[in-house]
This record gives sequence, structure tokens and C-alpha cells, in this order.
Amino acid sequence: MENTNKSYFFHTDQLTVGYEGKPLIREINIQLNKGEILTLIGPNGAGKSTILKSITRQLATISGTVYLEQQQMASMSNKEVSKKLAVVLTERMRPELMTCEDIVATGRYPYTGTLGILSASDKEKVRAAMETVHAWDLKDRDFTAISDGQRQRILLARAICQEPEIIVLDEPTSFLDIRHKLELLTILKKMVLENQLTVIMSLHELDLAQKISDKVICVHGEYIEKYGTPEEIFTSQYIRKLYGITKGSYNASFGCVEMEPPAGSPRVFVIGGNGSGIPVYRRLQRLGIPFAAGVLHTNDADYQVASALAGTVVAEKPFEIISDENFEKALQIMEECEAVLCPLTDFGTMNEKNKKLLAKAKETGKLRES
Amino acid sequence: MNDRKRTARYGFAFIILAVLLVILFIWNVNAGSIPLSVGEILNIIFRHQGTDTAYNIIWEIRLPRILAVIILGGALSVSGFLLQTFFNNPIAGPFVLGISSGAKLVVAMLMIFFLSRGISMGSASMIVAAFIGSMISMGFVLLVAKKVHNMSMLVISGVMIGYICSAITDFVVTFADDSNIVNLHNWSLGSFSGMSWGNVKVMAAVVILAMIIVFFMSKPISAYQLGEVYAQNMGVNIKLFRIGLILLSSVLSACVTAFAGPISFVGIAVPHIVKSLLKTAKPLLVIPACFMGGAVFCLFCDLIARTVFAPTELSISSVTAVFGAPVVIYIMIHRQKRI
Repeated sequence: MENTNKSYFFHTDQLTVGYEGKPLIREINIQLNKGEILTLIGPNGAGKSTILKSITRQLATISGTVYLEQQQMASMSNKEVSKKLAVVLTERMRPELMTCEDIVATGRYPYTGTLGILSASDKEKVRAAMETVHAWDLKDRDFTAISDGQRQRILLARAICQEPEIIVLDEPTSFLDIRHKLELLTILKKMVLENQLTVIMSLHELDLAQKISDKVICVHGEYIEKYGTPEEIFTSQYIRKLYGITKGSYNASFGCVEMEPPAGSPRVFVIGGNGSGIPVYRRLQRLGIPFAAGVLHTNDADYQVASALAGTVVAEKPFEIISDENFEKALQIMEECEAVLCPLTDFGTMNEKNKKLLAKAKETGKLRES
Repeated sequence: MNDRKRTARYGFAFIILAVLLVILFIWNVNAGSIPLSVGEILNIIFRHQGTDTAYNIIWEIRLPRILAVIILGGALSVSGFLLQTFFNNPIAGPFVLGISSGAKLVVAMLMIFFLSRGISMGSASMIVAAFIGSMISMGFVLLVAKKVHNMSMLVISGVMIGYICSAITDFVVTFADDSNIVNLHNWSLGSFSGMSWGNVKVMAAVVILAMIIVFFMSKPISAYQLGEVYAQNMGVNIKLFRIGLILLSSVLSACVTAFAGPISFVGIAVPHIVKSLLKTAKPLLVIPACFMGGAVFCLFCDLIARTVFAPTELSISSVTAVFGAPVVIYIMIHRQKRI
């Protein structure tokens, strides 16, 4: 690599991590610039938390080195690290009699005096951090009495108020509903863009990881299986392999998972296109009815879902008029099916032959209301 | 609650504790087999005037005893607070974890050993002996804590260690032959009686020093309340901090055991009551309030111990148990999830 490690804000050199001297993951090389988000993905128990714990010095590293701004982290004092690196953890804590404001205020720890009394400017920073995560209204609530989403925001505010340059989060979105997941990641992204914050986190949600990360690390097996940009990592095949998905599939363009297609030869033929087929495919999949889809252009939204859920898809190249060959193929499959559904209503030059298919279906009496 | 209300609450709590402390102080000076009027007491304390008997009772018996109760009561409840912080367990305390009993065992053995050779132990050597005993019990508790992470299991192991130590102490006391054995027996049940000014000076020196260090540990304690990992990330040297907590809580409870024997439940009940009163767990406030609360609680219990069935004196532990144990039961019921 041309880019030497010298210019990175955070990097690891042949880092090997594990418990009690037993290596779990070997030779990890992370290179991260300031203002980037690195996400760790991988199956449960692969060692994502182990890596994060080693980076944040909760766990002794087995070999290799972690550098923060070219400085070896092992040689830094706790206090030095605390002004640069903040953590948000998954473990549930139940501190007694602490308000949310108290919790956030603990982030000022590295900056307060011997007795830890907050100055006016500390209090202002606590307030600013709570406002950043939209949680100022929670300040007097008991920390143990708020929801998971609120708790995660408070812990993030605590980390923010520590004024770190890098935040390490261990599965910050677990236990959160979709709205709170998005809210939390939006706040992080905003801080990254506005304050050049660097983020290292582990995520379970592949779709979110794909969208928020600048770099992704796949933790699987004894070595880091893959390290790169989301575009390099998130391919259907690789994600299937990483997680050992055997039932269903992963759609890389949408970043979503699809269930396994119903087994057996197609019983229903669906004439779709232009997005009209998707709800029909899903319904058939739910009912467990194997189906065929056609004729779809490969650049049609329907094609993405159909290729995951349909037994057979008759597909045409983008922007081409449906060929006679494909038309015949579709017709043949349709004849073998018990019923035909046609959610498609728009017929243009390119998919004109689908109109013919529809006419044929009417003729044979196989057409059903979709 | 906004900031102002909160500050008012803290002020209110400290005023209540201070007022109770003053009232109980006066009451304790006054109460006893020989009734004295307030005027007489004031004359004796401030002008050193009065009959010889009254003068001696106040200066040689009641005042040192009251000061000892204040110092030791405070030390005991702060020791409890430190242990609760350390184990993140609201029902941890020097008594239930067997630390007091360990101290008692070593002190009793050394006392008998020296008494049989006609040497009586000084205050300082008693504290050292109690500290060694505390650390031995603490070592066992820490070993157990390493293996079991269940909070109630930890407490049960502590209680068991306590029983073993008490059994050995009883055994040793039973077979010891000395005229002082009666005192030893009283002490091993827990009692504030027979405090001398010499005792008070030594315990004051030890406890005040320890309390100053504890007070300046408020900041790392507050970080530790969020858990070890967060504390470390905030820059706390966890190893050093944990050792500090253990040593300080042991010194404080050892000091209590050395002079007054094992005293039950103060270490759990008082921190809990104080936190409920303050409605916060901020160590900066809780530590001084705990000390005052412990003093108040023990003054109250000692008053009962020596006046209710006078001239017979109850053991202080039976009184603290009556008032303290219900608090512990309350905590267990209300925090079932945590234990």
C-alpha cells in the first residue's frame, strides 16, 4: 500500500486479540482517517466485542500494536486516553439514584478537579451534549426509569460530553426500534460530518452498516475475513458466506434480506413490472405458493425481489424490447401453471409482449384477480 | 427536580442529620443511672464544675463513650458504603460479608494469647490485629466473588465465613481461662462500654485520616458507580482504586471491631437510609452524610442498649439488628432484580 500508516488517525498493526492469552482473532490491520466511520460486522460470537474491548484497553492485547494519532495506546495514561476516546457499551447498568443529567455529567470526569465538582462551563457542555442527542428534557429523570432508546441516547451524550476525538460503540442499536436506530445513527453521522469525529462500532443491522460506514470489517474465523468499503463488502454472495445464510438471501442493492423462495415447481405465473409485482411476490411467498415471474427487465425493481423469491424468472436485458425467445419461454411456463396473476397495468413499447401474455391468460381462463 | 430544589433537599438532609446528632448527643450525656440536669451537665462540660461523682461520670464514662459511638458509628456506615460500591451490591457490608467476624477472631485470639502472658493489648495493636483479621476474611470474600457473580451467593458466602469465624472465636473464648474473659465476652457480642480517652484518641486519629482519604476518593467512586469499564475509560486506575477501596473499608471496619466488637447491619441500613434521604448517590454528599447518619444511628441504638433494661446493658448488635435488619429486608424486596 502506498499510503503509509503514518497518515492515519487510528490504526492497528498486526493486532492479535483474545482472552487469557488465547488468540481469538489474529493480525488485525485497521487504518482509519479522522472523520470516518468503521463498522464491524459478523455473526454472533465472532469476536466483534473482543476487538472493541482490546482497542479500548479493557482487554489486554495478545500481540501487535494499537496507534492513536501515531502514538502507541499502550504507552498512554488512562487520563490521556480518556480525553481522546469515549465508549458506549452494551452491558446494562443500573446505577441507583442517578438522573440522566448525572450520567451525562460523568463524561466530564477527565476535565474536573480533585473532587469532581462541575464548573459552569462543564454544566454548559453537559447541556450541549444532551441537546445534541435531543435528550435535554430527560435531564431530571432517573436513568433506570427511561426506555432503551432514551438510555442509549443518554450514554451517547455522556460519550460526546467527554469531548473525544474517537467514539467506540458496541452494538449501539441493539434493543432499539427502527426509529431510534435511525435517530442514533443520524446523530453519529452528523457529529462525524460536523466535528470530524471518528467512530468505531459494531452493528448487527447490515442494511444500516452498509449505509452509514466508510469502512467495514468482517469478523469471521481466526482472521479478519474482509476489510474495505461497503461497496466492496456488501455483495449478496459474500454476505451469504459470512453469515452462512442457507435459508433466504441478501439483496446487496437494497441492503435487505429476503426469505427463502417456496419450494416446488411454479403453480402461479405473475406478469409484473414497474414495482407492481413486489407485493404479489411477497404474498405468494408468505402463503408458500411457488411461482414464476416474467417477463421482467433486469433493471426493474420487481426483478430484484422476484429473483430472490420466484422459482423461475424470465428476464430481459435492460432497455430492450422483450425478445420472441423470452416470450415463448414465458408462455411455456405459464401453460404449466394453474393460475396467472397480472398486477401490471402499464404496457409500453419495451414490455408490449407482456400484454400479449395477459391476453393469452385471459383466453385460457387462467387469469385471476390479483 | 431542578437544581435549586435539589440543593435545598441536600441542605435539608444535612440539617436534619446535624440536629439529630446534637439532640442525641445531649440525650446520651443526660441519660443513665444517675440523673443530671442540663445545667449541671453544661457546668461540668464547659466550666469543669460539679460534684466529683457527676464530674467523673460525665468526663470519664459518658463523654468518651459518646465520642466513640460517633466515630465508630460513622466509620462503620462509611465502610458499608465503600463495600456496596466495590461489590455493586446494596446489601454488602462489613458484618454480612464476615469481615467484622474475621477481625473479631484475630483480635480475640491475640487478646487471649497476650492476657495469658499478663500483657494487655494497646489500642493501636488491637486495630492492627482487627485489620489483619478483616483482610483475611476479605481475601476469602474476594476469592468467592471471583468465582460467583451472583450477588446473593456472595452475601451468603460472607455470612458463612462470618459463622465460621464466630464459631472459632466462641471456641477460643470458652477455653480461655482468665478473669478478663467476661469483658472479652461482652466485647465479642458488640458493645460500646468501657471506652477510655486513650481509645478515643487512637480511633479518632485512624478514622479521621481514613475519612479524609475516602472523601478525596469521591470522584473515582462516582465514576465507578457506572461500572468498571466506564470508570476505566474515564481515566480511573481501576487496580489502584479497587485496592484503595478494600484497604479503606477494612481499616474503618477493623477500627470499629477492635474497640466495640462486631456491630451488625449499620453498614447496610445507614447508607441506604441516607441515600433515600438525599435522593442521590453522589459520593461527595453521601460520604459525609453516611458518617453523620452512622453516628446518629449508633447514638440512638447505644442509648437504647444502655437505658432500656438498665442497669443491664444490651449488646449493641441486638439493638442495631432490630432497627437495621428490617431495612435490609426492605432493600432485598425492592431490588429483587438486582440481587
